[in-house]
Amino acid sequence: MKNLVNVDVKLGVNKFFVDEGEAHIELIDNPDEKEFKKLELACPAGLYKKDESGNIHFDYAGCLECGTCRILCKDTILKKWEYPNGTFGVEYRLG
Amino acid sequence: MSEDKFDAIIVGGGLAGCITAYMLANAGLETLLIEKGNFSGSKNMTGGRLYAHSIEKIFPDFANEAPIERSIVHEKISFMNDDSCVTMDYSTKEASNNEDKSYTVLRAKFDEWLAQKAEEAGVGIIPGIRVDDLIVRDNKVCGVIAGGEEMEADVVILADGVNSILGEKIGMVSKVTPHHCAVGAKEVIKLSKQQINDRFACTDKEGTAWLFAGMPSDGYMGGGFIYTNEESISLGVVFGLHNIEKASKSIPQMLEDFKNHPTIKPLVEGGEILEYSAHVVPEGGLHMLPEMVRDGVVIVGDAAGLCLNVGYTVRGMDLAIASGEAAANAIIEANKKSDFSKNTLNKYVQNLEDSFVMKDLKLYKELPQFLDNERMFNDYPDMVSGIMKDMFTINGPSIPMRKMIMPHLKKVGFMNLLKDGFKGVKSI
Repeated sequence: MKNLVNVDVKLGVNKFFVDEGEAHIELIDNPDEKEFKKLELACPAGLYKKDESGNIHFDYAGCLECGTCRILCKDTILKKWEYPNGTFGVEYRLG
Repeated sequence: MSEDKFDAIIVGGGLAGCITAYMLANAGLETLLIEKGNFSGSKNMTGGRLYAHSIEKIFPDFANEAPIERSIVHEKISFMNDDSCVTMDYSTKEASNNEDKSYTVLRAKFDEWLAQKAEEAGVGIIPGIRVDDLIVRDNKVCGVIAGGEEMEADVVILADGVNSILGEKIGMVSKVTPHHCAVGAKEVIKLSKQQINDRFACTDKEGTAWLFAGMPSDGYMGGGFIYTNEESISLGVVFGLHNIEKASKSIPQMLEDFKNHPTIKPLVEGGEILEYSAHVVPEGGLHMLPEMVRDGVVIVGDAAGLCLNVGYTVRGMDLAIASGEAAANAIIEANKKSDFSKNTLNKYVQNLEDSFVMKDLKLYKELPQFLDNERMFNDYPDMVSGIMKDMFTINGPSIPMRKMIMPHLKKVGFMNLLKDGFKGVKSI
């Protein structure tokens, strides 16, 4: 891969109203690796990450609310998937 | 209680929701539309192209007034592998008939305009509220619960999008499976009007729709797209989620690699990313339609899985609009009879059956399976670019054309070519 993608930079141009009080998506503890890998590959916002030492990270703050993780893993490693509360979350200006 | 009751409550202010709301209010129904975003369109995205026929019926000449981007007069379809790209290119004069036209759109702007139309027609719009539940009594949907408050209506229209959580909650919609959908990720990239005109051979108001098969979706079902907007381009990839475990890279990486492909890179050079968005596309066609109607409730648009991927074109918005119209007409009749039973509301399904929506879904019902064929996204792009390479590379004496082409066909396999050709023709 010559041009390694940096999704965070792309998310940085978006407008988000993050609901600090409530995570609208939650992972279960110790999620299955194979399932997690699917989300690493699929999440358009790249929110499911694994670092060099193998620790997994997830942050709902840059969520684009597409529902991909819900479709792939709601019955396996996601404890919760909801749309953010009204007014919160991504706000597309172009769409 | 009854003076608080609405004639209709619509959940979701996208295209299907706004069209239904607009038509109901125009017919004098007291209509409420609840949208979870801060304004209609703020949660919505599209690859980019709206076929005008269904909205022209409701808003004739809408393009004169609505925030459309460009009218599509230039169609391109490409087979793309890592280094090469073979393109079929069709350009024509803008259609003289408005219903034949299609436009690039950006949903945050477009949906907001449509919601404003609905509001002017008398729809009460509440933005910034997420509907959490439906009120169901004796198997009849009687209203919605949002922010802890109950609101009742004769009929509820679920226009809550492809992840129809409300539809699932009451068991009308089965959860979208990876086999029935794809995810699209898109960048809107700012370029000047002149840059777009020059790079895509367009005039100011006219534009290009360009689909790519092969490398953009990592050789699996899906593809890449470019749509020219007025002063930006929409560039993205779509990937069928059932193949995710086989993917060699992440979806954001696919988009990045597509953007850096030698064919694409010069087209976006110097462009600034204005927005990055993603959305799930229901692609199951006829096979994923839910239970569309129950007592006191109907489902429209993406929530009902109304989308058509025909390979060379992907449509959802014109179906959403037509489904909104079909639902509104059924509800207006039900309102006259004061009967909101499943039986009466079933007129909605009848209206859909009579419209292009169900006719097209039936016509193309075998296509999703046909397209889910890795040869389509690997072997064929390699085959056509290999043939092209041999045709246009001169080094020493030439060999006869048929000898040049044969090895490329052999690589795919003659039986495969025959089979795909036969199945392909049958499914269209």
